[in-house]
Amino acid sequence: MTNKDFHFVADIDKTQVAEIDAVRISDKPTNLYLDAWRDLRKRPMFYIAGLLILLVTTVAFFPDLFTQTPPNDNCLLANSNGAPTAGHPLGFTRQGCDIYSRIVHGTSTSLSVGLIVIVLTTLLGIIFGSLAGFYGKWVDAILSRAGDIFFSIPYILAAVVIMSVFSDFRNVWVISAAIGIFAWPSTARVLRGEILRVKQSDYVMASTAIGVSRFKILLRHVMPNSIAPVIAVTTISLAAAIVAEATLSFLGVGLPTSTMSWGNDISQAQADLRTAPQVLIWPSLALSITSLAFIMMGEAIRDALDPKARAQR
Amino acid sequence: MSTPLLSIRDLAVEFPNSQGTVRAVDNVNLDLWEGETLAIVGESGSGKSTTAHAIINLLPGAGKIAGGSIVFDGKELVGASESELEAVRGSQIGFVPQDPMSNLNPVWSIGFQVEEAIAANNPGLDKKAVRAEAIAVLQKAGLADADKRMKQYPHQFSGGMRQRVLIGIGLSANPKLLIADEPTSALDVTVQRTILDHLATLTKASKTSVILITHDLGLAAERAEKIVVMYRGKVVEAGPSLEVLKNPKHPYTQKLVAARKAAPRKEHMGTDVAVSISNISKVYQIKGSGFKSTPFTAVDNVSLEIKRGTTLALVGESGSGKSTVAKMLLGLEKPTSGEIKVDGKNIAGMNSRELFDLRRHMQPVFQDPYGSLDPLQNIANTIAEPLVTHKVGTRKEREARVRELLDQVSLPWAISSRYPSELSGGQRQRVAIARALALNPELVVLDEAVSALDVLVQAQVLELLARLQDELKLTYLFITHDLSVVKIIADRVAVMNKGQIVEFGSTKDIFSKPQQEYTRNLLDAIPGAKLL
Amino acid sequence: MTGYIIRRVLQALPVFFGTTLLIYFMVFAMPGDPIVALFGDKGVNPAIADQLRAQYHLDQPFIVQYLIYIGGIFQGDFGTSFSGQPVGQILASTFPVTLRLALIAVVIEMIVGVAIGLVAGLRKGKWFDNSSLVVSLILISTPVFVIAFVSQFFFAIKLDWARATVSGEANFPELILPGMVLATLGVAYIIRLTRSSVIETASQDFVRTAYSKGLSKSRVTRVHILRNSMIPVVTYVSIDFGILLVGATVTEGIFNVPGVGRTLYQAIIRGEGPTVVSFVTVMVLLYLAVNLLTDLLYAALDPRIRYDK
Repeated sequence: MTNKDFHFVADIDKTQVAEIDAVRISDKPTNLYLDAWRDLRKRPMFYIAGLLILLVTTVAFFPDLFTQTPPNDNCLLANSNGAPTAGHPLGFTRQGCDIYSRIVHGTSTSLSVGLIVIVLTTLLGIIFGSLAGFYGKWVDAILSRAGDIFFSIPYILAAVVIMSVFSDFRNVWVISAAIGIFAWPSTARVLRGEILRVKQSDYVMASTAIGVSRFKILLRHVMPNSIAPVIAVTTISLAAAIVAEATLSFLGVGLPTSTMSWGNDISQAQADLRTAPQVLIWPSLALSITSLAFIMMGEAIRDALDPKARAQR
Repeated sequence: MSTPLLSIRDLAVEFPNSQGTVRAVDNVNLDLWEGETLAIVGESGSGKSTTAHAIINLLPGAGKIAGGSIVFDGKELVGASESELEAVRGSQIGFVPQDPMSNLNPVWSIGFQVEEAIAANNPGLDKKAVRAEAIAVLQKAGLADADKRMKQYPHQFSGGMRQRVLIGIGLSANPKLLIADEPTSALDVTVQRTILDHLATLTKASKTSVILITHDLGLAAERAEKIVVMYRGKVVEAGPSLEVLKNPKHPYTQKLVAARKAAPRKEHMGTDVAVSISNISKVYQIKGSGFKSTPFTAVDNVSLEIKRGTTLALVGESGSGKSTVAKMLLGLEKPTSGEIKVDGKNIAGMNSRELFDLRRHMQPVFQDPYGSLDPLQNIANTIAEPLVTHKVGTRKEREARVRELLDQVSLPWAISSRYPSELSGGQRQRVAIARALALNPELVVLDEAVSALDVLVQAQVLELLARLQDELKLTYLFITHDLSVVKIIADRVAVMNKGQIVEFGSTKDIFSKPQQEYTRNLLDAIPGAKLL
Repeated sequence: MTGYIIRRVLQALPVFFGTTLLIYFMVFAMPGDPIVALFGDKGVNPAIADQLRAQYHLDQPFIVQYLIYIGGIFQGDFGTSFSGQPVGQILASTFPVTLRLALIAVVIEMIVGVAIGLVAGLRKGKWFDNSSLVVSLILISTPVFVIAFVSQFFFAIKLDWARATVSGEANFPELILPGMVLATLGVAYIIRLTRSSVIETASQDFVRTAYSKGLSKSRVTRVHILRNSMIPVVTYVSIDFGILLVGATVTEGIFNVPGVGRTLYQAIIRGEGPTVVSFVTVMVLLYLAVNLLTDLLYAALDPRIRYDK
């Protein structure tokens, strides 16, 4: 190509022109969720989080598989804040109860609160968020302001007030409602934003032109395409709910002390922080690991569902 | 002039992916002499932009030069250190990027971004001199009131003006070589033409060599002395522009050239009226400061008639109101005033039941092949949606119809259980066409339906549309900004500008004897119109 | 701009009334008679009790009580706590403490979070990035009271670098440890936000164009990548500041900080309606104001956003 006017043609056999726009399909169908599922199974974080969640769930359902020591009975004051002994691997609480057994039996409380809260927040969040985002205008104005009302009170404080109101009948349901009622606006906001985006797509316009009704478009096209970030937010808010329950118990407005809960144990252990920190450390660790498991799962799901985040790795 | 200014030998560029690496560019050779303009032509994914980025080693992501050499002005650039490259970029090799919307930093003023380029390549200059130089650069690039606009931000500039700024930045240090990567593909044809003319004047005056990257063979032939055609990462043909255009030797180049020539087309003039649009206007209320809003007239007193079995092309540049007309016809927007009659029935007077029934006769295909199919519905469900919505047939009958439709648009049945992400842009558009045809409509509204496709794919889809029109006696409203496509598909043309119809007539008349100045400008601006 | 502010204030009005009414309703529904509680073991004197009820408008229906309170607040009358101290005075003494604490926390969040997030984002996928991600996940999943106790135990009890609880003065040096605890969650979020923001900005077209001008790597990083990726971070920090100003119940409680959060918590537990409602009203006003300011700040940082359109 040294000559300026040279007309170069590539070896035609070596650069075959393929059939224009030939159909090439892979072995397996792919869409957002199938891709995300394949992507998740390549992430170590997904396996670690999954195993931890499986473990915590098993402990919650079958505590007796993990300990034979009763958590409340046979507590000997002689063992108060005692060091670990044979059969009591984590030592004793102030009342001389077995710490390990109390942690095992407290698991179901934390998990139930977490689950009830996310069912509540997801339900409210989906209803409010989808209607506000999809129908817009005054529906959006009213529903979004309603969300703002609940959002501008810090939800721990609001829960403290509710729990004081219900001081006589505190149980898992009441505490979950107290947390959930002020936590749903964040789910609604995420969903609303997504729906506003998806609503603009040409496929929504195409379905409108076909004559599909507004509500069917919302259910068939808009919701499935906007729900992905909600899945991640929900998993993470499960962790937040577990922590919130413990925080309320810690503040003395949580579940009654007769209910086995990590929050209650942490709350009671703070008095002896200087002399017996281990009494506080163990239930805290259980709480942190459980919450870490759900947060890691949520993060993994979020990254897997977001093609942009997948590219960031 | 015994050695070229730029000489690329056996260049290979690789990108890592999950399976290892992909060769995006392979065995590319080219020479560029001083003062010469060379065009690299290819479709998306051909490696033309990657080649350009490799020269100044600004490959996106984890792309790497895997082999070969790039000698610029006697210096080897492959393997050069970062500081050596910094010395070459800007001052020796200027770069004008593709998309004017994303290539200026939105948070810094225009002046700042030009001054920054000048200061980096002229270390001696003081602040005042840099500012004066920046104003001069912008004026040269065609911004008359440059000193007033220095403080403004990119979002306050139109696309064309931003592209002028980027050209100014690219040429600010009087480089020996300017790389222009599709510098005008995001702009309207008339703007594209003025900017390319201006660029040619500037580079000719300073004897700057230019590498012009483009997907448009006509534009390349018109603007460059030499053309390099790339296909799948390889150079398939290279040579003097006219020679390549008139006498293409490689089958791929031959296809490219053929795609731009209108095949002889059977004219349909039709007799009875399918759609009549009379005096429609659309006024939007644009929210202003506080609670005030100002009216904006998107469509201004437009009247049109589409004869049954014919194609009417509605042509206009961005913002001309052509898509709004389509949306009003489809009943997706309500006209502020005026009347639309389909088969003699007024749309505005219809109740929701009648409108629903009307939709069987009138279906759209939209521009964006990546946005018009729901990514979570498989192809069969997408095509069957109109049938399900209008309760046509049993499950079995619908499946048979989907099969038939896929066959009509030349797609294999195997894709029916797949999702849109597995299909190319052209294939998705064919799915969209199949969906539009499911209910046997009489009228199909094609809103820029082929604009986003590569030239060869575009030609193929146009051929499909013409075939379907003949087979199914369809009426088309074909909305586009691209006049070169109009010639291939349309029987009649309506030219829109600023919400109004400026000219209306048969395709032959519009192309051979345009009456209006605006239409003439549009026709003149088609790249390579005179060459093909 | 003015039009935008007016629109936002009008939008905030229903939120303000809704929120305060909600909290008022909940406080009103609290069990137990605060007047009876006031007498403690001494036995109730009905005459004095009725007089007190009338004084605190407790004999009126709650919507009237609510309107009286809100009306009073707008006239600068925040009511009186049951102990006889004007609520305005309590606010005036507790708010500066919380403000100091929030300032310390925000400064720590900004410096530590941005520095780590920036380095992580620029070295995507390297060990620093990976370990900072792990640390931030651990910080996010650990309840704040656990972090508080652990740091109290190590820094105050074991190492004796700081006092475990804060004195009545609550001056800056004393508040550093609680401020650090309060900042941990924000630091973790800012690391992640800065990182992803930096990665996203670095892949933008205008960054490549900046390199093509011949700019050095350090200049492109400082002027183009960092400046642009700070926009979401600064927005996050300012909203977080608003949340911190509303008071950190748990941290203030553990470190005995005499701030808004602890005082409000105690008022709720004691069923002190006037204090709770006045505090929450002021907090909601503050929160809405900070949100508005955040939007304006966002507009100042990003010239594309102009609220006058």
